[in-house]
Amino acid sequence: MPLTREHELHRRRRGLNTGLGLVLGAFVVLVFLLTFVKVTSQNLQFPDNVPGSSAATAGEG
Amino acid sequence: MTDASITTQADGGDAEFGDYIALLKPRVMSLVVFTALVGLVAAPMPVHPYIAFCAILFIAIGGGASGALNMWYDSDIDAVMKRTRGRPIPSGRVGRDEALALGLALSGFSCVMLALAANVFAGLFLAFTIFFYAVVYTMWLKRWTPQNIVIGGAAGAFPPMIGWAVATGGVSIESVLMFLLVFMWTPPHFWALALFMRSDYDDAGVPMLTVTHGRPTTRRHILAYTVLLAAVAFGTGLTSIGGPVYMAVALVLNALFVIGAVRIWRRDEVMAEADNYKVERGFFKLSLIYTFLHFAAILAEALLKPYGLGGW
Repeated sequence: MPLTREHELHRRRRGLNTGLGLVLGAFVVLVFLLTFVKVTSQNLQFPDNVPGSSAATAGEG
Repeated sequence: MTDASITTQADGGDAEFGDYIALLKPRVMSLVVFTALVGLVAAPMPVHPYIAFCAILFIAIGGGASGALNMWYDSDIDAVMKRTRGRPIPSGRVGRDEALALGLALSGFSCVMLALAANVFAGLFLAFTIFFYAVVYTMWLKRWTPQNIVIGGAAGAFPPMIGWAVATGGVSIESVLMFLLVFMWTPPHFWALALFMRSDYDDAGVPMLTVTHGRPTTRRHILAYTVLLAAVAFGTGLTSIGGPVYMAVALVLNALFVIGAVRIWRRDEVMAEADNYKVERGFFKLSLIYTFLHFAAILAEALLKPYGLGGW
């Protein structure tokens, strides 16, 4: 027997909550993969690697 | 969802997850996805497939957000019309405030995510499109002018331009022509339907050309837009996104479309009622495949290019 009684409202909204949970989970995966693709793409340049940037010139001095 | 909504939704039952999806107008989203995808694939700059997938998804969510804002603002009209009475807001399953919140949240979310995934221009373009559909069309002009179909058509025509902007970061003659292809197609498509279907819009107080200016004027408008549409369709074929496949498709479809529009123009209501609007119905059916086949042909040209077959 569960410690807490499930409220009837929670049972009615189970489908909605499950759907929302799946959408949020899918969004996390989507952003993770998007970050991975962006970071591993060939034309990605970090500020200190961009020619002429202050970080790059400071390193030369 | 607030506690207050628990009581307000008691009459229409609880909202299911599908009701919130219905607020996003999935059928409209499917057209947005297809045309945006064609715009993206036809663009001369290659896009990483996953970034392309994300961009199309965010464009679709942006389209859905504008649909939710439309349902929020038009819930009074939806409650009057038979076709829309079962929608989540008029049926009482979803509150108006919830639809507004969902529309605004998804608008911001989709534009920011598109800007991050693709480029800032594409994100801003999506924001403009949502603003145009939700504010310019839905709030300002839909209930004011019988040219509402023309203005609404512009909002539906932006997605291929956004898809193109995802790849190129800008606008070009090709993307403008893809916009015009949908923009010019929308009025004859809807006015043909309005000729043989008595619209609930009359009861809802939304001005329709068939009512405000009469059916003969509507028939003339259909012909004028169809001729202009044919010019746009052939013009598109002469640009870098056209080619022999596209031109062959455009030639057949536009010949049939112009013939159909001329036949509609030459008829009057007595003739139309005698054969139960046979010509108007046939024209409308053709319009359903018209846009799809034009964009499919542009897609085919783009996909054939790597093999040396597509394009001029």
